[in-house]
Amino acid sequence: MLLSLRSRIHETFVRWALRVRPPEMAPIVLVQRRVYVLPTRAGLAYAAALGVILLGAMNYNLSLGHALVFLLAGLGIVAILHTFRNLVMLSISPGRCTPVFADDLAQFNLVLENQRPDARTSLRLFVADEDPVEVDIAPSAKTIAPIKVAARRRGWLPIPRITIETTWPLGLVRAWSYAVPDLNCLVYPKPAAKAPPLPWQGESARGSTRDGRGTDDFSGLRAHQVADPPRHVAWKAVARQQDGPLLTKLFSGATTQELWLDWDALPNSMDSEQRLSVLTRWMLDADSAGLAWGLRLPSIRLEPDNGPAQLAAGLRAMALYGNGAQ
Amino acid sequence: MARSNRPVSRRQAWWLLASALAASLPLIPQIPTWLVFAAGCAFALRAALTWRQWHLPPRWLLVLLVIAGTVGVFLQYRTIMGRTPGIALLVVFLALKLLELRAARDAVATALLCYFLVLGQFLFTQTIPTALLAALTIVVTTATLLAAADDRPHPQLQLRRSGLMLAQALPFMLLMFLLFPRVEGPLWGLPQDRFSAVSGLSDSMSPGSIAQLSQSDAIAFRVQFKGDVPPQSQLYWRGPVMPAFDGRSWRVTKKRGTYSKVPYKEIGTPVDYELTLEPHGQFWLFALELPGTLPPESSLTSDYQPVARQAVRNRMRYTQRAWPDASAGIDESPSILEEALALPANGNPRTRAIGAGWRAQHGDDSAAILAAAENLFLQQLLIYTLNPPLMGADMVDDFLFDSKRGFCEHFAAAFVYVLRSAGVPARVVAGYQGGEVNPVDGYLVVRQYDAHAWTEAWIAGRGWVRIDPTAISAPSRINSNFAAAVPAGETLPFLARGDLAWLKELRNRLDAVTNGWNQWVLGYNPQRQRDLLASLGLKEPDWRSMTAALSVLCGGVLLGLTAWILRNRLRVDPALAAWRRFTARMAKRGIAWRPWEGPLDFAERAATYAPDRAATYAPDRAGSIREIAGLYARLRYGPAPDATDLKLLKAKIAAFTP
Repeated sequence: MLLSLRSRIHETFVRWALRVRPPEMAPIVLVQRRVYVLPTRAGLAYAAALGVILLGAMNYNLSLGHALVFLLAGLGIVAILHTFRNLVMLSISPGRCTPVFADDLAQFNLVLENQRPDARTSLRLFVADEDPVEVDIAPSAKTIAPIKVAARRRGWLPIPRITIETTWPLGLVRAWSYAVPDLNCLVYPKPAAKAPPLPWQGESARGSTRDGRGTDDFSGLRAHQVADPPRHVAWKAVARQQDGPLLTKLFSGATTQELWLDWDALPNSMDSEQRLSVLTRWMLDADSAGLAWGLRLPSIRLEPDNGPAQLAAGLRAMALYGNGAQ
Repeated sequence: MARSNRPVSRRQAWWLLASALAASLPLIPQIPTWLVFAAGCAFALRAALTWRQWHLPPRWLLVLLVIAGTVGVFLQYRTIMGRTPGIALLVVFLALKLLELRAARDAVATALLCYFLVLGQFLFTQTIPTALLAALTIVVTTATLLAAADDRPHPQLQLRRSGLMLAQALPFMLLMFLLFPRVEGPLWGLPQDRFSAVSGLSDSMSPGSIAQLSQSDAIAFRVQFKGDVPPQSQLYWRGPVMPAFDGRSWRVTKKRGTYSKVPYKEIGTPVDYELTLEPHGQFWLFALELPGTLPPESSLTSDYQPVARQAVRNRMRYTQRAWPDASAGIDESPSILEEALALPANGNPRTRAIGAGWRAQHGDDSAAILAAAENLFLQQLLIYTLNPPLMGADMVDDFLFDSKRGFCEHFAAAFVYVLRSAGVPARVVAGYQGGEVNPVDGYLVVRQYDAHAWTEAWIAGRGWVRIDPTAISAPSRINSNFAAAVPAGETLPFLARGDLAWLKELRNRLDAVTNGWNQWVLGYNPQRQRDLLASLGLKEPDWRSMTAALSVLCGGVLLGLTAWILRNRLRVDPALAAWRRFTARMAKRGIAWRPWEGPLDFAERAATYAPDRAATYAPDRAGSIREIAGLYARLRYGPAPDATDLKLLKAKIAAFTP
């Protein structure tokens, strides 16, 4: 009860503190009024210690005791300024975010820019209860803070609210701020662990692919891609030009053996997430085998092709299927 | 927070050891030897733990050690309260905390303990060297706090940052020191060990007691006169008055005051001064004769001796006014006169006989008897010496007629005795006579070797009259100083000697610095705070106005420091600044520069744009715009910007009318 009240107050504070409607325009500059400062637990202990020293100095009429307390109190004030300065005017821009599969960790890269000609030290960025990422930024430099968040569901995963805090230099006060950069991570469906074999169209086509991949008509060469099977590398062509790129032999036979990954071909007992999961597995299998494949979803149709672009388009379609956020 | 659970790194452990050493080394003279040894062992163990990266001792062992240390302190002092036991306990805790550095918060706790121990040093001494040593400890401890938060920087860097932050804290310290509303302590009862034995006059005088003081050049008090320093022979600093005599020693009878203001007429010219009294553990306050005002929290005894309500345990400062020409006790009460006539039943037959003879000759004419007594002292050719021979039971007879050698207490005692035996009320007054002006700061410094004893006789119609019998035989004691009056060859305290002028000069300078420190740093109490603020124009300063002034000034410093700390060193390019002035003026005429627009494009647009057909434009307006934009583009985007171009741009913009 108390805890939920606390978290609700905290949430209200954060919403007030952010003021703008997230996500925010890049770059986000942590201007003075959005940086907050409060003492840490160590800072409270420090203040309490000063109180006791002051009492002692008063009781024994120690002038130097007074001076000691006042010097340390001044140090506390100076610490507030230094901590505040360590964070204020930091500029945050969204960086790259590589798509991940559901249940993996999405990594949001934030570009932190220090426009001041002094270093910023021990900045910690974190999301809710995750472990913080600690970064230093050299004078007038940029650095990348990778924020890792568990991707639970397919679709667009917006970066959660980021807390940026620092207690440098004395650890007595904590300056912090919130930011919600405009950064989304595309989350693909989780590939099914067990999936039916690739759905070849018709018996003969499947057979010819299995046995006679090499017997198809040679149709040309193109640059080698990582996913191309090694046996399709044009070794002779490579040997001819020593420093040239690897080339892959293309066979016209692939066009006749169409591999369609079809939503409707899956049994009716599967729900849509299961279907997407199986289709994802097929897509990955087909791609790693260097096969060309097409995709049929109720709303989308991808013509057969192979290569990373085809895979990316397919996975993207699956990630966003039915979300309307395409 | 998760951070406070981080383990303490090796570097942090070294830092903590360094600040613990810095905080506890100055305390070695104050804590028992066994504790010095035990703490040293704990420090060494800490060093070994860090060096070898051994495991920390188990917690139960530390708990046992804490208990053992506390019991040890208790057995040593029979208490764990108070100054010395408290400091000893803190040292125990600090030493054992060093063996328990598990997480970052242990490091913070250890650093805070070190700050506490700095206060501990001040309980014992507050001299300038102590302050410097404490400053060093604070710098190291603050560097330790810095290292506890981030241990990566080089130690030298940590020390520099610590020094920088403390330097930035100094203005706050100064303001708070001056303006924080002071409260006069103690807030609660002080344990007795706060005070240790101090030297000074005691409440009784026996032969040799003042001669003993004359070997000390410790300072009794310092005086700053408002006007000129009165002549040396007027500087009688009245101390305890001793009317009671038991045949050997003279004694104070009135320990409490009866008057809350002076009971005699103020005549002549007053002397105003401020006196800073070193603690002497007695109740009386010294004052130039005759005291005309009373320091706060004090009263006057019936023999005109100011006494404080509490023993003088701390350095004390009060302003005073003296009436050198006043006379007191013209209608003295009979009981006091009776007390001033009392003599033991027998002893000193020769002196008594002389007294009885004067009584028979002059009757009630006290003045004549007084003159006879002074004459006797003159005739006897008494010698003022620090080393009088031992006297027998009849001390006064021995001194006046046999050895004829004595120090001021012999002179005073004999004089009072002879007057009393002639029926004239008289008493011994102890105090200080003279003093020496420190040419460096102009303070008159009165030292223990200026201790003196003189007499007062009561004469009808004139009241109490001061007679200094020492002055009769050794006038130089009064007119110059005590060293001049003592025969050559007698041992004198260093500062009383006339030779070694340069050493004395050095000592004078040091003493002036110490006095300034005492007056303005250590002696900055509620009274001095009020005086200072009043002299700065703060009328009737109370805690409200002080707090207000403190907040305002601290806020000002804070703003200044913030501006300095957050100062943006990205200076705007002067060409851009000039261009902005130009575009702002163009915007007023309805053509605003778009941030994404190149300067030449803007110039083209602006030169051909004339919204207000009725308005007359300068004939070369379009040309000027193009010229300005061209200059600006060259300065901003061209290779190697030229200073003359910048000047030209500024001039063109200044001359331009849109």
